[in-house]
Parts: sequence; structure tokens; C-alpha cells
Amino acid sequence: MTKLNGQVPSGSIEEIWNNHKFNLKLVNPANKRKHSVIVVGTGLAGASAAASLGELGYQVKAFCVHESPRRAHSVAAQGGINAAKNYKNDGDSVHRLFYDTVKGGDFRAREANVHRLAEISTTIIDQCVAQGVPFAREYGGLLANRSFGGAQVSRTFYARGQTGQQLLLGAYSSMMRQVEKKQVELLTRREMLDLVVIDGKARGIVVRNLLTGALESHVADAVVLATGGYSNVFFLSTNAMACAVTATWRAYKRGAFFANPCFTQIHPTCIPVSGELQSKLTLMSESLRNDGRVWVPKAKGDKRQASQIPDSERDYFLERIYPSFGNLAPRDVASRQAKFRIDEGHGVGPTGLAVYLDFRDAISRVGKKAIAEKYGNLFEMYEKITGENPYEMPMRIFPAPHYTMGGLWVDYNLMSTLPGLFVAGEANFSDHGANRLGASALMQGLADGYFVLPYTLGNYIAQKAKDNVTIDHPKFKEAEQNIRLQIQTMMKIKGSRTVDSIHKELGRIMWEYCGMSRSEQGLQKALKQIPELREKFWNDVQIPGSENDVNTELEKAGRVADFIELGELMCQDALERNESCGGHFREEYQTPDNEALRNDQNFCHVAAWEFKGEKEKAQRHIEDLNFENVKLASRSYK
Amino acid sequence: MKDHTLKLKLKVWRQASSKTLGRFVEYEASEVSTHSSFLEMIDQVNEGLIKKGEEPITFDHDCREGICGSCGFMINGEAHGPLKGTTVCQLHMRNFKDGETLTIEPWRAQAFPIIKDLMVDRSAFDRIIAKGGYISVDTGNAPDANSLPVPKPDADDAFMSAACIACGACVASCKNASAMLFVSAKVNHLSLLPQGGVERPERVHSMVAQMDAEGFGACTSTGSCSASCPKEISLSNIAKLNRELLFSALTRRQAPSGDGV
Repeated sequence: MTKLNGQVPSGSIEEIWNNHKFNLKLVNPANKRKHSVIVVGTGLAGASAAASLGELGYQVKAFCVHESPRRAHSVAAQGGINAAKNYKNDGDSVHRLFYDTVKGGDFRAREANVHRLAEISTTIIDQCVAQGVPFAREYGGLLANRSFGGAQVSRTFYARGQTGQQLLLGAYSSMMRQVEKKQVELLTRREMLDLVVIDGKARGIVVRNLLTGALESHVADAVVLATGGYSNVFFLSTNAMACAVTATWRAYKRGAFFANPCFTQIHPTCIPVSGELQSKLTLMSESLRNDGRVWVPKAKGDKRQASQIPDSERDYFLERIYPSFGNLAPRDVASRQAKFRIDEGHGVGPTGLAVYLDFRDAISRVGKKAIAEKYGNLFEMYEKITGENPYEMPMRIFPAPHYTMGGLWVDYNLMSTLPGLFVAGEANFSDHGANRLGASALMQGLADGYFVLPYTLGNYIAQKAKDNVTIDHPKFKEAEQNIRLQIQTMMKIKGSRTVDSIHKELGRIMWEYCGMSRSEQGLQKALKQIPELREKFWNDVQIPGSENDVNTELEKAGRVADFIELGELMCQDALERNESCGGHFREEYQTPDNEALRNDQNFCHVAAWEFKGEKEKAQRHIEDLNFENVKLASRSYK
Repeated sequence: MKDHTLKLKLKVWRQASSKTLGRFVEYEASEVSTHSSFLEMIDQVNEGLIKKGEEPITFDHDCREGICGSCGFMINGEAHGPLKGTTVCQLHMRNFKDGETLTIEPWRAQAFPIIKDLMVDRSAFDRIIAKGGYISVDTGNAPDANSLPVPKPDADDAFMSAACIACGACVASCKNASAMLFVSAKVNHLSLLPQGGVERPERVHSMVAQMDAEGFGACTSTGSCSASCPKEISLSNIAKLNRELLFSALTRRQAPSGDGV
């Protein structure tokens, strides 16, 4: 085991980023055009990075698996984006956003990164408004705000329930402007299948053209991965169907360390599962908890309709347990309490796997129209999916995998353990610790892309020696050959199992043993079952069609193969972290009132895993976390 | 909601590539849960095909919550099927009757070549956006967000236009395969905001020119685009686009060198 160094400059936390920006090396404008950067992924982090780097003058190549960059899953973020503007005069500040985020992450994030994020947050809103992002406004023409979980101020900016879409379109159109100026070359329907490392540095990628099946090599001076999270390891999640770990996983196998893979977020308010054939879960935005009240019947197995149950027989459990945050308790806490109620037999609906989110009181307080104005599209979406009208009966909700705090390890400059490989947005591990607060993912993605990478990546390029590496280098040929072999092996199996059926089996193992709560016994079981499933996959999967054509089954198969391997690492990480923190809840470590019990003595660190070979156990390294500005304390929302 | 199952007959357009001829192939979908979405019903049919070693029906899809704009095809001649304001991923099988026959075919437009089965190439939309569907502001140039108030009705209208997901239903439903609703929604979103005012004359001119170059047809105001739009983008956007075009023709100055426009 080695100790990793996050390369955080010294100094007072308020000054670090400013001083660091001055100390970073610059590339002069005329030289920038001689340098190339590959950006993989075109969600908020990727599109904003590609646009900003293109504006600076670098030659950028942007890759996405979709037919258009605007389809990236950032588009689906509903509720909002945090910023410490304090427009509400309610006591917000950079320091408070910093404090809330460190505490919300249960003291498992790097202080300096979080502070930088809070500082940048205000500039993001300015940038987006200048781009024409149509945020919600008050009648005076100024921007409106609402509240999100884990905060006692209103700092969330929003565009109805489509904030992610509007922010993404801002970043996407900025990038398309650079495409028009030929600063960014856009390569769509390409999936990154390997990272090419030459002389210890990330120098390019190999992608599969999803239309023709051709493998293509691309060389650059630096590579940015902005490829999102891995919640689809659970099969059913709120992630889009194409969300995968493949890009970051293959970088991991080339030497980038994977940090805190067991830190996954289960979002409390999703529409419950309705049947075996369901393909994904739909989130109901956290913003609904501004006005919706979460409850279950006090009596176990109460089968009456919600409207028949009088207030005295309802348990508004979040308000009861956490009087100061109430329904806006953070996601990990709210999900866990819902799970406890359901485990005790208080669940509602036909399956008993749900709790209520009720708008009755809000509607009688402000009227149906005001509620429709705020949440109309979410209510419609709920009705389309369930066939029930939430204006008349409470929504039924259930926790579901939504976000992954873990990801590739990066230092303060967002560079991984591989020089030249930068990781941005959900794909890195850096800012949210063991639990992310609502409306902070959009903030982080855009902070990384617009305002961090343009500085830190320039610093790397300024110091990098010029060379003449091209795609004719043997490392590119070798990578292409490996991928070709892997694809041919998969195509030849012609077994009896569909890719989805294996993915669902993996999802069940992960949800059961590495989901909302984990135990040593369960994780040991999973660590036995996952390698067996891996065997099944490589011996019995069925992929029809050809590899030289559009083949969606082949695409999915590659992703599932990686998810199986990741699942094993997640369980291993969860097993070795003998504490509970944030979204990682180990049953053995809890307080008498069932709250997560951290072990700061032994686990106040990041666990970063190093790939040691296909059949070898990964090696665990650590980065110590020091809390000098927020006092390390047990996290309470009571 | 009660759960019961349906048995349906599907006539699905299968086409191996843009270079080969396509044809309708019939499939039976049985044991379809009324809780399933339309795409989950196709997943179910595909599982059966894959088990037999046959190629599944290829279609674009991703978020499955009606916002990414990836999915979309014609069901019995209607873009995204019979339910108003809904993408196919959000269309649930409870909207269909047991024993129905459903004809499923891709968007058909010269500017959207078929890639495979129900998957089409809509990259023309990206090329139109590249011609001016933005406000030219580099990162780091922005004044404080509240320095420029925007009247709430304008902000709300801009939002309604900006809600377009670029799925292409408007083009597929139009007898002329016109992209006017798509283009006008973006033009109006930006024209309604004071930030977008500077580039107004250039933007509409360049975007419309690119739309024409891509081979989309002309608008004859039948309104089928708006009627089929899953985000219910208003037809009034097109009327406003025409005013913007006129305004552009009168006021546009030839820029010596365009900034993307």
C-alpha cells in the first residue's frame, strides 16, 4: 500500500485556488493550437470542457456514444443547480456551501476541492445566464431559488423540472459553436474501448465506430474522461440505458486508480418498480420534498387508501426523526429511513415496497395552480408512468440507485494517477465524499469543465515535452488488436443467455448485497456469486448479428462485462471499509438509533484501488483526509 | 392500477442499412404487461428474437424518461404513438387494446436517412445548431447573473421554446418534412432573452440557410408538427420565426468575418 498525495497546495483554504491559478503554467495563445486534447463524453462536464478548451485555442476532439452530444444523460437532471449567490439574503455564503457539502458527504471528501467548488458555483450561474439558459425568475425579472436536501438555505437555481436539459443545451451549443469554428472536432456514435498509455502518459484512445464497427485510434497530448457514473451496475437505476463504466474501467485497467467504488447514492424518491420487465427507474426530483410530505401508515400492513387514513394514524417519519431538516433530510438518510419503515412492514402500494410523498397539505395551503406551476411536468410524468393522479392521491416512491460518488482517483488538478489523464464530473471521485447533496452534480460537472480543467490541463501541457507520437505507434496497434480479440471472443460464444438477463442477475446481486445496506456476510456471498456470473457470461452469452455493423447487443455485452468486474471491486471496497458513512451503510456499524457510525480513527481516508492483472486481487492504496476547516463531527440532521 | 396482459400483432419496418431495401416483418407480442412502456414491449420481443439467434429490432433510445430525445418512431402513422405530449419511452401499454395490430416504422424524411430498422440519422439538427443556435459568449466573460433582469413572461416563453428535445417528430409528421418547428423553437428561445438580442439578425438567417441546405422541406402551416410534438412546442414559434426572418432581411449587416454565424 502506498499513500497517495492529492497535491493540494498549502495555504489558507480561501486562498488556495486563487494562488494556485497564478502558479499554474500557461501555454501562450499561439502555441495552444499546436496541442490537442481528447474529451470523452459530452454531458455537462465533457461539453463544457470541450467548449472552453476550444475557445482557448486547443485542438479538441470530442467523443460521444450518442447520435448527438445533446443526448448525454446530464439532460435528465431535474431539480436544479446549487450556487452560493445568497440572492435570498438567507445567510448563504461560499463557506456555508462548502460546509454543507463536506458534512453532506459525511467527511469523506477532500476539503480543498470542495471549497473550490463552492467558490466557482457563483460564476457558473453567471456563465449559464449569459448563454441564455432560461432559469426560473421572479416577477421582478430576477432569478428564483428553491431548497434542496441537506441545506437550510435556498440556493438552488432551476428551470422547472428540466434544469439538466437547459444547462446541457447551454454547454452543448457552446461546444457546437466551437465545432463550427473548427476548434472542436465532433465524433459521435463512438465508444471508447481503450486508453493508450505511452511512456507512462495517457496519449490517446481507441474507439469503436458504432455504425460500422470499425476500430479507430486517436492521439492527443492529453485525455479527459467525462463519462459519468456507474449506477447501471445495479441494472435498474435512474441512469440512462447507455450509461456505463466502460471508459473509466478500461482506464483503470491501464493504470488509473479507482477510488471509493462502494460509495453509491440511492435516491429516496423514485417511482417504484412495477414488474419483472421494467428496464429503468424514473426519478421524482428531490425538489418535490420542498412541498411534499413523506409518510407511512402507523399500523403495519394498513391496506386502506391514503385518503382514508387520518393524520393521527400517519407517521411523517422524516419530520418526526429530523425536526430541523424534516422532509429535506439528505438523500442517504432519507432513503435509509424509508427502507427501515418498509422492512418493518409499513410499506404501501400493491407490492408494499413504497412510501407516500403527499402534496395534500401544500395544495390546500397554496392551491393546485401554484403547485402545478412548480412541479407540473413532474406530476404529469408520474401520471404517465403509474396511471395515478398525484394531485388527488399521494405519490408512491421508493429508493433507487441514482449517482456514484466513487470514480477514478484524481488530484487537486483533476489528474488521475496516470499523467495526462484528466477526469471530470461524475466520473471522478473528488467532491462529494460518501454522499452527494441534491443539485450538486450539475454544479460539479460544470465547475470541472468550465473553470477547473481549462487551467489545470494547460499547466500539464505547458510542461509536457513535445514529441512525434502518432497512431502508428505500436501501442495503438496493440490496443486495437486486444479489442478486436475481445469482441471476436464474445461474438463466438453463441450461448443461451441474453446480455440483459445476465445484467439483471448482476443487478440483483448488487442490490441485495451492496445496495442500501451491506454486511460482511452478504458481501462475502456476493464475492462468491459475481465470479460465477462472470464465468456464465464468458461461456453462455448470446450476441446475434455481426461486429461490422450496428449491433446494440454487442455494445451492451462489452458494458456488462465491465460492470461484472466493477461489481466485484465495489463489494471488495465495501467489505474492507469497516465503518458506515454516507451512502455506505454497513449493518455492523450503526448507532443505537440506526444512524451511520463512522470510524474516523481507521477510515478517514479515500481508498484507491490499483489494477494488478485479470486474475489478481486489486491493491488498496489510501489518501488521508484532513479536516482543518470543518470540524470532524458526527453528522446530525436532527 | 390493475395489471393485465395484452397480445398484440406488430408490423415492424426492418432494414439492414441505408443501402439495402427495407420491408415490414410481422411479430407477435404476447404476455405484454399494461405497466410496460412501449420500448419495454419491444425489449420483450427482442429478448425472444435474440434467444433464437436472430437480430433484435434496432432503435435509438437512452434516458427512457422523455427528455433525451433519442427515441421516436411512427406507431400506426402517428409520431410517438397516440398519446399527446408523450415520447414512445413514456407511452405505456395501458393505452392499447388486447388484439390490436400496430404498424411501427421509422421517421421518414430525406434529411433523416435510415441507419438500421427504426434508427435514423438526425445529425442535420446538430449542424443547424452549429450555425447559430447559441449566444456567442466565451467562458469567463459573464457579468453577474442578476445584472440583467428578464421579465418573467419572456423568461417563461423562452423556457417553453427551449424545452424542445430534438427528437424529430415534427419533421416526421410534416408532409413536407419541414424542420421549421425545431429551428423556430431555438430561434425564439434566444430572441426572447436580452442576452440573445445582439445576434438576432444573423442567427435566424444562418440557421434557416442551413435548414434548407440539409434538404428539409418548406412549411405550409398544417400544424401537424406541433400536434405531434412530445413537448408540445407551440406553432406560434413558426409565425415568430417568419417575423424574425423579415426583421433579419431588413436589418442584417454583412459581418466582415462571422463569429460562427
